[in-house]
Amino acid sequence: MKNMSKQLKSNLITYGIVIVFYLLMMILKGTGNLSSLYRGLLVPICVYTIMAVSLNLTVGILGELSLGHAGFMCVGAFTSALFSMLLRDSGMNSIVRFIIAILLGALVAALAGVIIGIPVLRLKGDYLAIVTLAFGEIIKNVVNVLYVGRDSNGVHVSFKDAASLNLLPDGEVIVKGPQGITGTPNDSTFTIGIIMLIIVLFVVINFVNSRSGRAVMAIRDNRIAAESVGINISKFKLMAFAISASMAGAAGALYAHNLATLNALPKNFGYNMSIMILVYVVLGGIGNIRGSVIAATILTVLPELLRGFSDYRMLIYSVVLIALMLFNWSPKILDFRSKYSVKNWISKKRDNKEEV
Amino acid sequence: MALLDVTGLGISFGGLRAVDNFDIHIEKGSLYGLIGPNGAGKTTVFNMLTGVYKPTDGTIVLDGENITGKKAIQINRDGIARTFQNIRLFKELSVIDNVKVGLHNDYAYSTLAGIFRLPSYYRQEKAMNEKAMEILKVFDLDGEYDYLASNLPYGKQRKLEIARALATDPKLLLLDEPAAGMNPNETKELMETIQLIRDKFDMTILLIEHDMKLVAGICEKLTVLNFGQVLAQGDTSEVLKNPEVIKAYLGDD
Amino acid sequence: MTRIAGREKVMSFLNYLISGLSLGSVYAIIALGYTMVYGIAKMLNFAHGDVIMVGGFAVYMSMNALGLNPILAVIVSIIVCTVLGIVIEKVAYKPLRKATPLAVLITAIGVSYFLQNLALLIFGSDAKLFTSVVNIKAISLANGQITITGETIVTIVVCIIIMVVLSLFIKKTKAGQAMLAVSEDKEAAELMGINVNKTISLTFAIGSGLAGIAGALLCSAYPTLTPYTGSMPGIKAFVAAVFGGIGSIPGALIGGLLLGVIENLSKAYISSQMADAIVFSVLIIVLLVKPTGLLGKKISEKV
Repeated sequence: MKNMSKQLKSNLITYGIVIVFYLLMMILKGTGNLSSLYRGLLVPICVYTIMAVSLNLTVGILGELSLGHAGFMCVGAFTSALFSMLLRDSGMNSIVRFIIAILLGALVAALAGVIIGIPVLRLKGDYLAIVTLAFGEIIKNVVNVLYVGRDSNGVHVSFKDAASLNLLPDGEVIVKGPQGITGTPNDSTFTIGIIMLIIVLFVVINFVNSRSGRAVMAIRDNRIAAESVGINISKFKLMAFAISASMAGAAGALYAHNLATLNALPKNFGYNMSIMILVYVVLGGIGNIRGSVIAATILTVLPELLRGFSDYRMLIYSVVLIALMLFNWSPKILDFRSKYSVKNWISKKRDNKEEV
Repeated sequence: MALLDVTGLGISFGGLRAVDNFDIHIEKGSLYGLIGPNGAGKTTVFNMLTGVYKPTDGTIVLDGENITGKKAIQINRDGIARTFQNIRLFKELSVIDNVKVGLHNDYAYSTLAGIFRLPSYYRQEKAMNEKAMEILKVFDLDGEYDYLASNLPYGKQRKLEIARALATDPKLLLLDEPAAGMNPNETKELMETIQLIRDKFDMTILLIEHDMKLVAGICEKLTVLNFGQVLAQGDTSEVLKNPEVIKAYLGDD
Repeated sequence: MTRIAGREKVMSFLNYLISGLSLGSVYAIIALGYTMVYGIAKMLNFAHGDVIMVGGFAVYMSMNALGLNPILAVIVSIIVCTVLGIVIEKVAYKPLRKATPLAVLITAIGVSYFLQNLALLIFGSDAKLFTSVVNIKAISLANGQITITGETIVTIVVCIIIMVVLSLFIKKTKAGQAMLAVSEDKEAAELMGINVNKTISLTFAIGSGLAGIAGALLCSAYPTLTPYTGSMPGIKAFVAAVFGGIGSIPGALIGGLLLGVIENLSKAYISSQMADAIVFSVLIIVLLVKPTGLLGKKISEKV
C-alpha cells in the first residue's frame, strides 16, 4: 500500500542519516581532520541521541511527560559500571564484557521502569510529570549513599558509609557514595555507540509501526476510546515506559564507560539533565524520531562550535522552547500562520482554478 | 432469549439518582432506539452497558452471560462496541490505523514479533489491512484510508467511529447520537449505512438519537427515557403516538 | 544522668521541630502560589520557584546596591515579583489556554529555565551572602536549650497573616468569589459574566506577590542566594501543595508545615543526604494513596 512505502522511505532516510554521519566522522577521524575536542564529542552524541529517541517514545508516542528520564540513565550507568568493575580482572574479552554490561544496564533500567511505571502511570499530566521528577531525584539520592565493596568473602553493600562494608584487608571499595565509581574500563567507542543508536532506532521505529505501538498511540490520542475497543491500557502504557527506560539505561552504560570517574550529580543525572533531553525532543519535534536524532546531535555539538554560545546556551534553549510552544498553539500565531502559509496559498489558488 | 437483557438497572451519583429501574430487552438482529429529552440519562445507560460506569443496581446479561460491573475492555471483548456522543477518534492516527486498533484483539501477534518483524507480523498485518479496507469500503472511506483521522470532515469522522467499533467484531453495537451535527443529506446517507450494517454484518444495534426522522425511519422498537426512568417502551409507531411521550418532548417547551 | 540525657534529646527534638515549622511556613507561602494557580488555571506553574529566586535578588539588590531598609526591600521584591508574574502569564501562558497540558507544561519549564539562566548571566553562579531582612533577636527558652530565631518567628507569623488575609479575600470580596467560581467551572463562570482571563491574571499576580515575600523569608533563613535558589524549594512546595490537596488554601498551610517538619526531622534523625528523597517519597505515597491530597476534592472525567 502507498502509505507503507512512504513510511519505509522515511525510516530508511533516518537510518541513512545515521550511517552517513558515522562514515563522515570516521573519514574525518582517519584523515586526522577531527580535533581532539570533536573526537571527545562522538560518544556523547550517541549517548544523547539515544536518550532523546527513548524519551520521545514516552513523550511523543505515549504522550506522557516524564521528567525523570535521567534517573533511568543513572540506573543503567551505575549497574553497568559496577558489573564491569567486578569483572575487570576476570580476563573476559572487553567487548563481550561491555555488551553484557550494556544489556544488564538496560535490563535493570527496564526493571526500574516497571517498578516506577506501575504506580506512576496511574497518574496523568502534571502529576505524572512531577512524580517522575521525584523518582529521578530519589534514584540520584540513593546512588549517592550507595557503597559497594568486594573482598575475598564476596560483595558487600551499604547505604551508610565505606566503613560499614566491613571489608577484609584485601577488600576494595568500588562504589564510594558521592565519590561514585572510579576506574571504569573505557570501553565505549563511537562505533559501538552508533550500533546502539541504530538498534534503538530499529526497535522504536518498528515498535511504533506495529500492533503494540498503535495501541500505545491510541491510548495517547483517546484513552476512553482505546478502552472501548478492548485495549489493555495499563499493559501498553507500561510496555512503552519500560522500553523507553531500558534504552535510557543502555545510554547510561555507554556514558559510564566513557568516563574515568562516574558520580551522580545534579548536572548529569538530575532533573536538569532530564529537561535537557526534553529540550532535544521538543526541538526535534514531539513524536518525530528522526528529529530527536538531529536535534540532539546539533545541540551537543553547537556549544563547542560557538565558543561564546555556551554562556547563552540555556537561555537560548529556554526561549526557543517557549517560542515553539507559542508557535504551535497561540491562537494569534495560528491565525497568522493560516493566513500567510505557503501551503494554504497554493491550495487556495487551486480552489480558485477549480471554480473557474 | 434476547441478545441483551437488562433488568432493574440503576445508578446514583452522590445521592442523585441518574437512572432508575431501567429494563430493556433487545432481540438479536434488531434495530432499537433509545430516546428521551436532554439529561434523561441515555448516555449514562450506555456508559453502564459498556463498563465506563459501574451500575449500583440491576443486571446486564449479554447473550446469556452476566456482564454486570465488568470493566470496559472486558465488556468489549464480550461483544459490546460503541461510539461516543462527542466523537472520540485517535486523531493523530490514519483512518486505516483507527480501524486496525479496533482489530487489535482479533489479529494478535506479540510485541517482539512486531519489533523484530517475524513472519507472524507480516501475516497478521496483511490480514489486518485487508479486513480494515473491507470495513472502510462499507463506509465509503476506503479512498481516504491514509488520511489523518482529524483531517476527515465531520460526517466521515462519525462514520469512522462506527467502522472502528465494528472492527472489534461485536454482537451488539451502541451508537450515541450518530446523526448529531449532520445535515439532512448526511443523515439520510447515515440511515442507509446503519441499515446496511445491520443486514451485511447481521448486527444488533441500539442507538441514541434526537433526530426523530431517523428514529422513526429505521428503529423497529423504542424505549423512551425521562428523568432517568422508562416512560414508554414498544414498537416505534405506537411509542411515538403515546401521549405521555409527546408531552415529554413537547410539553416542557 | 539518663534523665538529663533524655531531656536533652527532647530539647533537641523541639529545636528541630521549630526550625521545621519555620521551613514549613516558607513552603506553605510558596505552596499557596502553586495551589491558587493550579486550582484556577489548571496548570503547574513550574516557574513559580524561580520567581522566588527573583524576589530574593530583588531584596538583595535593594538592600546592597540601593541601600534600602529591609521593609522597603521586601516591598520592592513584592512589586517586582507581581509584575513578573503578570508578564509571564500574559506572554507565555495566556496564549496557551486551549493548548494541550503537555504544551503548557513544557512552556512553564521553558520560563523556569529562562529565569534561571537570565539570573545566571546577570548575577553569575557564585553564591551571594544574603543579609537577613529580619532584625529581631532570637528567643531563648528552657535555660537556653531551645532557641527560636527571629527569622523563625517572623516567618511563622507572616505565614499565618497571609493565610488569614487570603481566606478573607476569597470569602469576602467580589474578585475572590470570582476566583472560586472560575476554579469550580470555567465555562459556567464565563456564562455568569465573570471575566475569566482577568481572574486568572489576578491569581498569577497574587501568587507571584506572595513569592516575593517567600523569597525574602527563604533567603533570610538560608542566607545564600544563587540563580538556582528557588528551584528545589519550588518543587518541594509543589509537593506540599499536592500533599495538602491542590486548590485548597488550608491544605497548602498544612501540607507546607508537615513537609517542612518531615524534611527537618529526616535530616536530623535519618540522613541529611536522604532528606530530599524522603520528601519526594511523601509525594509519591500521597498521590498513590490519596491523589486528591489531605483536603482536596475529586475530579472525574466526563464521558
